[in-house]
This record gives sequence, structure tokens and C-alpha cells, in this order.
Amino acid sequence: MLEDYFRQYGLIAIFAAIAVLVPTGMLMMSYMAGKVGLRPSNPTPVKLEAYECGVETIGGRWNQFNFRYYMFAILFVIFDVEVVFLYPWATKFLKLELFALIEMAVFVAILLVGWAYAWRKRDLEWRS
Amino acid sequence: MNCQLAADNILFENALYRVIYDAVGSFLPCWLAYVAAGLAIMLILVNAVLLGAALVTWFERRLLGRFHNRIGPNRWGPFGLLQPIADLAKLMTKEDLIPAGADKITFSLVPLVMMAPLLLMTAVIPFSKNTALANLNVGVLFILAIGSLTTVAIFMAGWSSNNRYALFGAARAVAVLISYEVPVVISLLGVVMVAGSMSLANIVQAQAIPFLLVQPLALLIFLTGMSAELNRTPFDVAEAESEIIAGYHIEYSGIKFALIFAAETGAMLVVAATIATLFLSGWVGPFAEYIGWFWFLLKTLLVLFVFVWIRATYPRLRVDQIMALSWKFLLPLSLINLAATTLEVFFLRDSAGTLATIDLWIMAGINIPLALGCIFLFGNLVPENAKVLSVRPTTVVVPAVATVEVR
Repeated sequence: MLEDYFRQYGLIAIFAAIAVLVPTGMLMMSYMAGKVGLRPSNPTPVKLEAYECGVETIGGRWNQFNFRYYMFAILFVIFDVEVVFLYPWATKFLKLELFALIEMAVFVAILLVGWAYAWRKRDLEWRS
Repeated sequence: MNCQLAADNILFENALYRVIYDAVGSFLPCWLAYVAAGLAIMLILVNAVLLGAALVTWFERRLLGRFHNRIGPNRWGPFGLLQPIADLAKLMTKEDLIPAGADKITFSLVPLVMMAPLLLMTAVIPFSKNTALANLNVGVLFILAIGSLTTVAIFMAGWSSNNRYALFGAARAVAVLISYEVPVVISLLGVVMVAGSMSLANIVQAQAIPFLLVQPLALLIFLTGMSAELNRTPFDVAEAESEIIAGYHIEYSGIKFALIFAAETGAMLVVAATIATLFLSGWVGPFAEYIGWFWFLLKTLLVLFVFVWIRATYPRLRVDQIMALSWKFLLPLSLINLAATTLEVFFLRDSAGTLATIDLWIMAGINIPLALGCIFLFGNLVPENAKVLSVRPTTVVVPAVATVEVR
């Protein structure tokens, strides 16, 4: 059983290395092409400016993050953690008893209360 | 040096792998044959994704041309088929700029971080009978987990570009991605539950009738959510050309832009292949023993067409509409789908814990009206607060126009 695991994930690991190597190779090829003069490479200060609209950038190039993203991030974390528990349950549900159904219904219901609360507090809206 | 795969080896089931292994095993040591056979399949997958991404750009531009009542690229090669090659050659010979003040390492890593997960996702997709690189027993979870790594790449791009628009685009992209991840992941629970397995090969085998009919609501949510996660047009606030120029990849040029663009279109291809596998029964079709790959490609192409069709049809949504669609429409729908599927499975399964084909038909009969009913109900439950304001003419005589204020 453990051997099967290593046989399959060994292939996945090799593929992960290939998946990193292929784009790296393409980037390296482009770098070499720049070195041998297949593509131009003469950066000037004007070229290296932030591309906005043709006019010089005013102020810093950073902007503030909107606080609204935070609420969505928290809701996302809650539901994504829920899903981690739901997947093994769903995989085996064909053979599970009534107890598992009730237990998961309670689990999802608790999270739904939180979601309904967030909706009620208008956190799901994109207010300004 | 005579290596043959033993029948108790898990890779024995993998027909393509077995053939290559036995062929190279006749003259290579066993561990090298293991790697070489794997590399042969990886070669197919990498080429399929990279060349496929090039062809998808052509396919999309041609189709969009037809939708727009024009011709599309048709000069270079038959039907313009060589257009992606020309684009690639152009981008390869362009100057590769890194803007001043950018975080150079992060900036240069982005194409890599976007491309690698995309290639890795294809490892578990069976493109013919018993023909995936690895038939993982957690295939669905693998695809979802690896697929969401793109979020990191997008945020890296926005963060390191030292450009306001890039940061806006990245923040929007991450907000959209995390919002749609939830309904997408929950919608696939129904598929996993009916199939009783997370392995993609087992899910294909469980589709006595395509899950398109058994799980219509899940397909709708998955298609919508994936459109959003790929930043495709109805949900492309992250790279809205008319608002923030090009979003997170605004500062990219040359080969880096080519790679990011290839990763975006390649992701569309891989997601289409996933949908074809999960909902349209993958390689199953007449003579599937011999031409399973043909049915798989045909179904993938069908899903790709739907993606382009969606892009050509719908205008871009506002960011608050996108959020509302995810949290107030798709999430309840996905939970309803989950609850309905759970109850159906619970009452229809036999004592051994299996579902017969007739049970799947019964589920289809319940789920299709349920899907239509839910879409109608929830579509009208949260209306846009739109009211028509009549503008009273003041001293300056203006034509009385009705403006719509949308909150």
C-alpha cells in the first residue's frame, strides 16, 4: 500500500520538477536570446517607469488596500476549512449511516448561521 | 535488464504507462524504466498544454471574430492556424522590461508560478481509458488544491510590479478568486458523493449517465465559478481593460507576458478538460476502447466553445455584482445541491452502498427541475435595487432622460 503511494507520488514529484523546469527553460532561453542579441535590451529611465496613462506617475506607486477584502477573506477561510472536513465525508457517504448525515447537517448548519449573520450585518455587500 | 510491470503494481492499471514501461524495460534498468515511462507521458502532457494553449488562443480569436461578425486572424497559415506561432515569435523578440523599483526576483518568478501548477494539474486527468499520469485517489482535491495556487502568482505579479493598476488588479483578482473558490469546491462535493470516489478515473466510470444530467446545478456553479477564477470576461474585473488597463500583468512584456498569457489560456484548456471529465463522462463514447481520446477532445472542445460563448455574450459585471453573485447566489445554490444530493443518495442507495443506473435517472429527474427552480427563485430573491429617477428640467432645458440609479 505504501509502495503504491510512493510509485504514484514519485511520478507526481518528477512531473512537478518538469513543470518548474519547462517555464524556467523558456525564461532562460529568452535571457540567452537577449545576450546574443536576438532581442533588443536597452532600458532607459523612461521605459522603466510605471505604465499608467502616458503622464508621469504622481505620488507613490502604492495604494491602500480596501478593508472590505478582509471580511471576504475571513468568510473564505471559514468555508474552506469546512470543505476540508466535507470531502472525506462525501467520498465515503455511500456507505455511511444516518448518524453521519445528521452530524454533518449540524456542522454545516452552524457555519450557515455565521454566513447568515454576515449577510444580515451587510458584510456581503460591497459598501463604500 | 528485463523489466515487466508486476500485476500487483498500481501502475499496472495504467495502460499507456505499462506499454511504455515494458518497451523501455527491455534494455533499461528498472528504476530508469520507471522514470523514462513517466517522462514519456509527461512529454505528452507538457506538449498538450503548451501547444493546446497556443491553439486555444487561435480557437478563441477565430470564434470571437465570428461572434463579432468579422473574420478573425486568417492570414498566417491555413485558416490563420499559424497565428499563435507568429505571436510567440513576436513576443520572444520583444524587449523584456523590468520596471524600476520592482521586486525583481518576485517579478521574474511570476510566469513560473503561474505555469507550473497548470502543468501539474494535468497529471491526474485521464485522457483515455486508464491513461493518466497518476490515478490518484484524491484526484479532485489535487486539481482544486493545485489549481488555486494561481492566486499566489497573481498576487505576486500585482505586488512586485510597483504599479498602482497592477495592485488594484491583483487585489480584485484575489477577492474574486477566494469568493468563487467556496461555491466551486462545494459544488464538486455532489459529484464526489454520487461517484463515491475522488479519483477521476472512478468518477468517469461512475457516469453511467453523464453527471451533466445528474448534477446540473453543480455543473452550472462549477462553470460560473471557473469562469470567474480564470478571470474570463463576465468576471474579468481583475484585468478590466477600460478601468485598470490590464490589471496584474500590466508591466509584463516579452517572454514573460507570453508565458502569463499561455498560462491563462492553458488554464482554460485544463479546466475545460476537467469539466469534460467530471460532468460529460470524459473519454466514454462509442468505441471508447480505441478512440477514447477523440471523445475526450471533442467534449473538451465543446466546453471551450461554451467558455468563448459566455465571453462573447455577457458584458462585464461590476465588482459588487460579482461578489453578490458568489456569496448570495452561487453559495446557497451549491449548499442546496449538496443537501439535495445527500438526501437522494441516502434514500436511493441499496444496502451495499451502490447506486444503480435507474437511481441516477431518478436523481436526474429530481435535480433538473430543482436546478431550474432554484435558479428562478434565487435569481428573483435578491433583486438589484434599481429604480428609475425622472430628472426634472431646471432652468437649463435638458431633454428629459431617465437615469437608473443602482445601489
